[in-house]
Amino acid sequence: MKKKPISTGSDWTFELLDKYYVEIERIAHDVFQLDTYPNQIEVITAEQMMDAYASVGMPVGYSHWSFGKQFIQTEQNYKRGAMGLAYEIVINSNPCISYLMEENTMTMQALVIAHAAFGHNSFFKNNYLFKTWTDADSIIDYLVFAKDYVKKCEMRYGIDEVEDMLDSCHALMNHGVDRYKHPPPISIEEEQRRQQSRQDYIQSQINDIWRTLPDSAVQKRSHSSQSFPTEPQENLLYFFEKNAPLLKPWQREIIRIVRKIAQYFYPQRQTKVMNEGWATFWHYTILNQMHKEELVTDGFMMEFLQSHTNVVYQPTYDKPYYNGVNPYALGFAMMSDIRRICESPTDEDRQWFPDIAGSPWRKTLESAMIQFKDESYIAQYLSPKLIRDFKFFTILDDSDRTNLEVSAIHNEHGYKAIRQQLSDNFNLSINEPNIEVVNVDINGDRSLKLRHKVQDGRMLDDGSANEVLRHVYRLWRFPVHLESVNLEDKVLRTYHCPENPH
Amino acid sequence: MTQFIDRRPVNKNKSAVNRERFIRRYRKQIKKAVSDAISHRKVTDVDSGEKISIPSKDLHEPFFHHGREGKNTRVLPGNKEFMPGDTIARPPQGGGGSGGQASNQGEGEDDFSFTLSRDEYLDLLFEDLELPNLEKTKLNKLQKFKKVRAGFTSDGVPSNINIVRSLQKSLARRIAMQSGLKSQLEGLEKDLENETNEQAKQQIVEEIEEVKRRIAKVPFLDTYDLRYNNYRKDPVPTSQAVMFCVMDVSGSMDQNTKDIAKRFYTLLYLFLTKTYKNIEVVFIRHHTIAKEVDEEEFFYSRETGGTIVSSALHLTLDVIKERFNPSDWNIYVCQASDGDNWHDDSPKCQDLLANALLPQTQLYTYIEITKREPQSLWHHYTDLAKSNNRLVLERIEDHSAIFSTFHKIFKKKPK
Repeated sequence: MKKKPISTGSDWTFELLDKYYVEIERIAHDVFQLDTYPNQIEVITAEQMMDAYASVGMPVGYSHWSFGKQFIQTEQNYKRGAMGLAYEIVINSNPCISYLMEENTMTMQALVIAHAAFGHNSFFKNNYLFKTWTDADSIIDYLVFAKDYVKKCEMRYGIDEVEDMLDSCHALMNHGVDRYKHPPPISIEEEQRRQQSRQDYIQSQINDIWRTLPDSAVQKRSHSSQSFPTEPQENLLYFFEKNAPLLKPWQREIIRIVRKIAQYFYPQRQTKVMNEGWATFWHYTILNQMHKEELVTDGFMMEFLQSHTNVVYQPTYDKPYYNGVNPYALGFAMMSDIRRICESPTDEDRQWFPDIAGSPWRKTLESAMIQFKDESYIAQYLSPKLIRDFKFFTILDDSDRTNLEVSAIHNEHGYKAIRQQLSDNFNLSINEPNIEVVNVDINGDRSLKLRHKVQDGRMLDDGSANEVLRHVYRLWRFPVHLESVNLEDKVLRTYHCPENPH
Repeated sequence: MTQFIDRRPVNKNKSAVNRERFIRRYRKQIKKAVSDAISHRKVTDVDSGEKISIPSKDLHEPFFHHGREGKNTRVLPGNKEFMPGDTIARPPQGGGGSGGQASNQGEGEDDFSFTLSRDEYLDLLFEDLELPNLEKTKLNKLQKFKKVRAGFTSDGVPSNINIVRSLQKSLARRIAMQSGLKSQLEGLEKDLENETNEQAKQQIVEEIEEVKRRIAKVPFLDTYDLRYNNYRKDPVPTSQAVMFCVMDVSGSMDQNTKDIAKRFYTLLYLFLTKTYKNIEVVFIRHHTIAKEVDEEEFFYSRETGGTIVSSALHLTLDVIKERFNPSDWNIYVCQASDGDNWHDDSPKCQDLLANALLPQTQLYTYIEITKREPQSLWHHYTDLAKSNNRLVLERIEDHSAIFSTFHKIFKKKPK
């Protein structure tokens, strides 16, 4: 007997959304054991979607001109037809908030529910980076707190003052995360309760560093012998929040807000391939299951497959619209490939992946999702078959040489090199310049020294380095020096703000 | 069970404040773009906003990133013919066609362009400017009236009866007048139950009847319950204006001069739309004789011959008399010329302005577009302007001075 599909037309209603949701939830939870936060799904207009875009996915954000610029850009592109809007934006919060755009068809809504409300949602809840670095329970409260705080500052100290502060913090946002240390989870009550005492406390600490009155003899000796900071500091924003001599308490709080938000988004930047791959794999698997159970029509599947294929399309490097490796394509291919290796491994797979070849796929996939981030995930699971499928090759671009060189292709000798290289390409700590605070001249002019460790001769872009340095100077308020050094600590280039050091 | 939340009706325009912040920050650049853009608008085109471009290098957000130096290795998909060790000439832009990484957002060459809404556009354009002589005329010209609601009155015509109010009053009055009687009635009814004596009973029954009669006598609606909607006539300043564009089209006016005049008219028109809802524009051109024409002909047809300015002033007066009663219309005249005039005519113009035209207008602006020494017309007008603040005159030498001249004329004066 043929089952009746849930719906046949392309229009959606709230009633239909409910019916689809129930089925998708049943399949996700009962058939495939996805572990998720509760869902909160909101239906919004295209304009609201652009709003969400502009505020980088924060459902509540403080006001800043750069979000306005982003919104205008998005709107222009959208109106010109240069881009469609993303189908989905999903917030790493508990409950997990995802958005459905009203213009979409029923098929697209079902796709987004499966993709965002179950795929991303379960990733947020289980991946180790998200578990360690973000606190889904309190993020919304914290964003509300941040918005109100920024607004209060604007009223008290003027929009320009606050804007200057935010500009400088935004310039250093990528250097506002602890890459290795474990942060305490954000708790909203804690934040508010401690804010006042923190202000007083920090202020007193800083005065202590800069004390000009004569100290006791013992302390004096230790002062002159000790350098500050004792260890290089990689979290620049944190360093300024705690140590910049002349900042007012509210300015420290602003730094803290930007820093917390940077920290919150850090895992997302480290798991683009995995996160999208995971969500795409699940919308594909769940909707196929619905089709198998005859809950959806063939027309539904045709429409779904068309947009799915667009999402996971990887143009080759020589196409005019090539824009790097598509994280959806790579992520989806790798997730599907892991399932393939588990279910029907070849001899090659057994040789490369002895641990997982032939193992139960659901469990293997789950632990891959939980324990990795992009760089390690690629290093661990990119198979020779996928390298052949994508026809990956590596190009060495050495600015000292006139020509580019093809260093590896998809053959027996190239697999490992390509896998390592692709993993490096997704490694933020290789891609982003490594800059640390190394010294403050506490007994002299209070100047600050930053060090950029050069790898593979990759220097900073001079223009932006000088600009960012001006922002650093605005936070520090005493001379700032930045030096690029190679692995032998030889200084290759220096930057100063104010320029022309005495 | 998950709730689907319909957010569509709420949370609109969340980015409005960010957009406003953006415009605020780039005010200078945007204002420059706005005043540049004024040249290619039609005089009466006010409904559209303006597309604005600012160089995107001005608004990029810097962050530390690698430049082009050093060794970069990238993985690309879609190998067709390459073997390890192959060398490829570096593509002109460098980077091996890899995109992404090296060119960060916002540092491209393109301008960042977007559309200002009409209101944003006008606000930016006319920031710190105001129309002079407005307050005075408001007092002088309270000619129009508008009916506004003004509460309720106890008398009026039946068509204005406010039913809800009237019934409220009636209800209140009935409660006030009947409650005493009703509690009396209750008391009597209780007495009746307790009373055993037949005669006394009879008496109570009669009393009850009496009270009931009195209750029934309280009318449902009485004349002093009635309430009427009250309207008051409020004087409103007239919100319509007429703008006369008067221009010399004699042989000495070349296309460039006309173009400058046109831009000035455009600005003035836009500026007036900020104050007036309804604006008519009258184009009057003249050489030795004046003629009313449409915009196209006004700006683009050529005439030759001498110049008699007073002809245009006469025509303006005629049009005002015929179509724009000064008690209903705010009249603005903007005259543009290169300063030429028939020598004997200038005193006549001064006279006409002083005695006939100026008393009827809000503002008369005269712009002289020339690089030569001022001639007789300018001198006569200057004399007049000393004693009459409804006449404003300025000289414009070239395109770049248009906006600054406009600013000079309408700058907010400290009160």
